Amino acid sequence: MNNLIASTAVKARELTPEEIKEIEHEKTHYPYAQAVGLEALKIVQKYQGWVSDESLLAVSEYLDVPPDELEGVATFFNMIFRRPVGKNVILLCDSVACWMLGCDSLNEHFKKTLGIDYGETTEDDMFTLIPVPCLGACDKAPVMMIGRETYYNLTTEKIDEIIADYKAKG
Amino acid sequence: MDKPLTKNIETGRAPFDFKQYAAAGGYESVRKVIKMEPGDVVNMVKDAGLGGRGGAGFNTGLKWSFVPAPDGGPRYLVINGDEMEPGTFKDRLLIENDPHLLIEGMITTCYALQAQTGYIFLRGEYTVCEELLLQAISEAYDNGMLGKNVAGKKGFDLDIYLHTSAGRYICGEETALLNALEGKRANPRAKPPFPQVSGLWGRPTVVNNVETICNIPGIVANGVEWYQNLGTGDFVGTRISGVSGRVKNPGCWEVPVGITFRELLEDYAGGMQDGYELKAFLPGGGSTDFLMPEHLDLPMDPGAVQKAGSRLGTSLIMVLDDKTCPIGCIRNLIKFFAHESCGWCTPCRDGLPWVEHILNKMEEGKGSMKDIDILDEMTRYMGPGNTFCALAPGAAEPLQSGLKYFMDEFKAHIEHGCSYN
Repeated sequence: MNNLIASTAVKARELTPEEIKEIEHEKTHYPYAQAVGLEALKIVQKYQGWVSDESLLAVSEYLDVPPDELEGVATFFNMIFRRPVGKNVILLCDSVACWMLGCDSLNEHFKKTLGIDYGETTEDDMFTLIPVPCLGACDKAPVMMIGRETYYNLTTEKIDEIIADYKAKG
Repeated sequence: MDKPLTKNIETGRAPFDFKQYAAAGGYESVRKVIKMEPGDVVNMVKDAGLGGRGGAGFNTGLKWSFVPAPDGGPRYLVINGDEMEPGTFKDRLLIENDPHLLIEGMITTCYALQAQTGYIFLRGEYTVCEELLLQAISEAYDNGMLGKNVAGKKGFDLDIYLHTSAGRYICGEETALLNALEGKRANPRAKPPFPQVSGLWGRPTVVNNVETICNIPGIVANGVEWYQNLGTGDFVGTRISGVSGRVKNPGCWEVPVGITFRELLEDYAGGMQDGYELKAFLPGGGSTDFLMPEHLDLPMDPGAVQKAGSRLGTSLIMVLDDKTCPIGCIRNLIKFFAHESCGWCTPCRDGLPWVEHILNKMEEGKGSMKDIDILDEMTRYMGPGNTFCALAPGAAEPLQSGLKYFMDEFKAHIEHGCSYN
């Protein structure tokens, strides 16, 4: 039970000056601080890799939004990670055009070459594989994203090259 | 043919910056509109007959006309750029290749609506669009097209902000989008009240699709008659239509409204890939009913497609070829909708996973004939009128038309599972 966010065991951490600066910038776009909730979670995730309970509580306190409401937003969105992820998050599109053009075999390929299935992270914490709903590039299917980059017309060979580049970068 | 949406788009070259865009005739509609009465602009767009390009196709000017007279409080224009309908990739094309067109359309629209603030609600995964829009907005401020006294018009003050989402299909539903923009969980709201009366933070708000607003500069700058002559026959305007699946040249293009599915598939997309036959197609995204090869000569017009038992939707068609399992295709679509349900209404939250479970069983050869009756019942249970929004009724469309056209395949799956690779 002591892992529950509502327990007193978890305390808000301090937001970093960089995080606060970006959150303050977003606040100028809206008349109410609550509207910044998702942007603030994304900012925190950009710096921390994911949104921990401590981070969520920090944003909740900073924006004066109840933690349960902010949690309702955090867990709602596909791109907010409430569990730790690897350094590079691979988002493989598994919607209809990519399915027709072989995303299932690409998933198998990741299983073979990286040893991870959907929802899993490699032991060296380099890669997490997650399925993503239609990426809106169906004319260039199959597609995936890694971080902010989108990769089109994928084949297993192309994936090997892309992954090798990320590994080389370290 | 004039191409108001894609005239500045050229593959292989970076999109126009402010100077290049203005040199190509850009921001003309802003200079023109500020000499007009806002109400006349609304009527002009209404008369043009522009239908919303998000999928529903409602007359844009009519939608605007429901906004009450100004009362001194804030009014908003919100651009729906949360493109996530399976098989749809048109807003990405428009923003990645000509971001200033959307900004110009927003400025002109805000003048018509007498709105002082515009938000672009952009899909978070569209990272290139995000960077281009931030740049375009910043250039528009630097060149007097945003901020105080836009284009020198005294009292026309406008701010435009970019909001990037984090990936949920339901945010494309306009009231769910407004909740998301307010920082709340993106459940759709009950309607009425409609957003035009009580939208963002309870204030008058118009939510329009990216492509819809990209049409506004052309209509305002060139007039109603010009716009109406862009379509074929009785149809008005142009729209972005496209094809994905196993065709020779998948993509999307600006086409006159009213061309046939066959013209799009053969003349633009180059026909089916060698060795594949067209089995069926979804005319406008994952939430539309399947159409069959005998429907290829229908014009791509909402009315004509509705008569054939489907919806034009986003008008990006997805072809199902003869070597792809139709049951698997429906299962994939249902899985998407089950995942993207916000969970508010029971038919959607519980119905979709149940349908997915049944289709999974069928794929493995573990279905029964009774399952077909259950699926049929589910299409009505999830159908119009039982839920807050159109997610579940949309999800039911490929299923109900699949039951109509692929019954033999359903039965074969029940007998011996999926025989496609």
